Amino acid sequence: MKKLVMVCSMAAVLLCSATMALAAGTIKIGGLFSVTGPASFLGEPEKKTLEMLVADLNAKGGINGQKLEAVIYDTAGDATKAVQLATKLIKNDKVVAIIGPSTTGESMAVLALTEKEKIPLISCAAGIKITEPAKDRKFTFKTPANDHVAVEKILQYAAKVKQKNLAILTVTDGFGASGREQLKVSAAQKGFKIVADETYGPKDTDMTPQLTKIRSSKADAIICWGTNPGPAIITKNIKQLGIKTPVYMSHGVASKKYIELASPAAAEGIMLPAGKLAVYDALPKNDPQQKLLREYDAAYKKAHGVEASTFGGYAYDAFLLVTNAIKTKGVTPAQIRDGLEQTKKLVSVSGVFNMAATDHNGLDLSAFEMVKIHKGDWSILK
Amino acid sequence: MELGNQLLQYLLSGLSTGAIYALIGIGFSIIYNATGIINFAQGEFVMLGGMLTLFLMETLKLPLWAAIPLAVLLATLVGLLFERLAIRPLRKASPISLVIITIGGSILIRGLSMLIWDKDTHALPPFSSEEPIMIAGATVLPQHFWILGITVVLIGLNKWFFSHTISGKAMRACSYNPRAAGLVGIDVRRMVLLSFVISAAMGSLAGIIVAPLTMTSYDVGVMLGLKGFCAAIIGGMSSGIPTVIGGLILGVLESLGAGLISSGYKDAIAFVILLLILFIRPQGLFGKPESERV
Repeated sequence: MKKLVMVCSMAAVLLCSATMALAAGTIKIGGLFSVTGPASFLGEPEKKTLEMLVADLNAKGGINGQKLEAVIYDTAGDATKAVQLATKLIKNDKVVAIIGPSTTGESMAVLALTEKEKIPLISCAAGIKITEPAKDRKFTFKTPANDHVAVEKILQYAAKVKQKNLAILTVTDGFGASGREQLKVSAAQKGFKIVADETYGPKDTDMTPQLTKIRSSKADAIICWGTNPGPAIITKNIKQLGIKTPVYMSHGVASKKYIELASPAAAEGIMLPAGKLAVYDALPKNDPQQKLLREYDAAYKKAHGVEASTFGGYAYDAFLLVTNAIKTKGVTPAQIRDGLEQTKKLVSVSGVFNMAATDHNGLDLSAFEMVKIHKGDWSILK
Repeated sequence: MELGNQLLQYLLSGLSTGAIYALIGIGFSIIYNATGIINFAQGEFVMLGGMLTLFLMETLKLPLWAAIPLAVLLATLVGLLFERLAIRPLRKASPISLVIITIGGSILIRGLSMLIWDKDTHALPPFSSEEPIMIAGATVLPQHFWILGITVVLIGLNKWFFSHTISGKAMRACSYNPRAAGLVGIDVRRMVLLSFVISAAMGSLAGIIVAPLTMTSYDVGVMLGLKGFCAAIIGGMSSGIPTVIGGLILGVLESLGAGLISSGYKDAIAFVILLLILFIRPQGLFGKPESERV
């Protein structure tokens, strides 16, 4: 009897260690998103997207026979908290790579730690400083295209239609300030002249004074840089003032929400560089991203009842980049880093990624499509 | 001519924004006069007006004209509950604790709205057409006339209420001397409640009439509330014409400042005025210095 108990308990111990060995066989990746707080509009879709993709991958058998586990923490948009949670992910959870954080400020704080610990960080924030200078960012990558790519896309089109004098109207937050800087630098390089440089506050409710001033500047085009609701108010103000100057918006408003807020009548004719997720239906049939975008949107809608957003797409890109690196190179942090850096022609949501040692973003002008709003919908500008 | 047209545009834009500041500012003043506290949840009533109208239109499929009075009613109910649950139980507390409670209340209302609705910005349809109207080289929208018209009517009603009704006169009596008012048989607590009800109703209506132009979301109350507070300070916390003029001055200066100087300083203008008034004329632009009798 005693023997039997012994055997049973030994069997139990063996069984336990066997399952533990199996558990150790799962690959752990970390997620840091600002699910609550002021940047929750970024973090929430990012978290949902990552969870959806991990579940989907495991249902299909995982990577190279190993299951994937995502440990996701909410940073609430707080850089200090993000660093603490990153430490926890590395020391306690022993993750091999971290996806996130959602904002540039948090990413800058976290990357100092991950560079030191040699853990790959794939940020979902757009700030150009996250991946530059390249020599100090060996383990840091990011998925959103740089702001200057969107700026150049607009200026390229403006040059084509021979607009020379530009008026810019930017919001006084991080997004607008970065856009304003890039616009001024790129416009000077390409021989444009900025004839009016106006700003507005993120919570302002009437921009007719700025636009009245811009109207008297005789600009050929107005470029506005901001996220909702500012651009929607500006669009209404432009219609109210009867300004006929062509208007460009930034990629920050590339969603149907903007057209709805501004009303289709006022938004008619507005042009902007849009990520392809917003306009996949209007893309030409041979576009490499169209199939993936359609599937992502459908899956997200099915799981959460709302349309997939560009922001969730950043987490999608990061997930695809990491799993691709694991498949091609291996599961240690150093192997993943090498795999990430050597990514070539990876079709994803934000664009087709082509990484290099000097470019840890990997997106170019093709990440955006110039679109014009017509009858409340997007039409692609040739 | 060109500059003249521009100036007219700045002036018209400023007046319509200023009218809103005035309406919100009066809400601050009414509560201040009845209770001696600054109700920092005033901006949240503005937000509730817009968001509730939208909510009623979308979930109950009510037409705009039916959703508006119902939204004002609901927002007023929130104001009433706020006074009963957060202010009245603490009537013996010092004004500073009550002010802090209103800040807490505003954070609570904002947080709940974010959870109940969402974090997105929403637009309300305009009350009438969206076609701009030309006035001597400047343009305004029909909605601007709605804003100005409703503001004038509300301020008129307000004036009439405070000078010609028993309740209004009783509220004024409370603001001069609550103890004496209590002694002559005025129910001071009822008057405090009434002040919250009126402020909530006016604030929410202000929130509704601007929503077609400025959009609405769970956090619009913060900035609008602060600007309304500036208007009330310029007007010396009067619940009548001085606060209205305070709001209009603020709106026009902001608009002229953005147009003629630099748009970067737009918000700074409001707060510089606020500080100047507090330093130089704490009794408001039109008030007489207060004399303390011993």
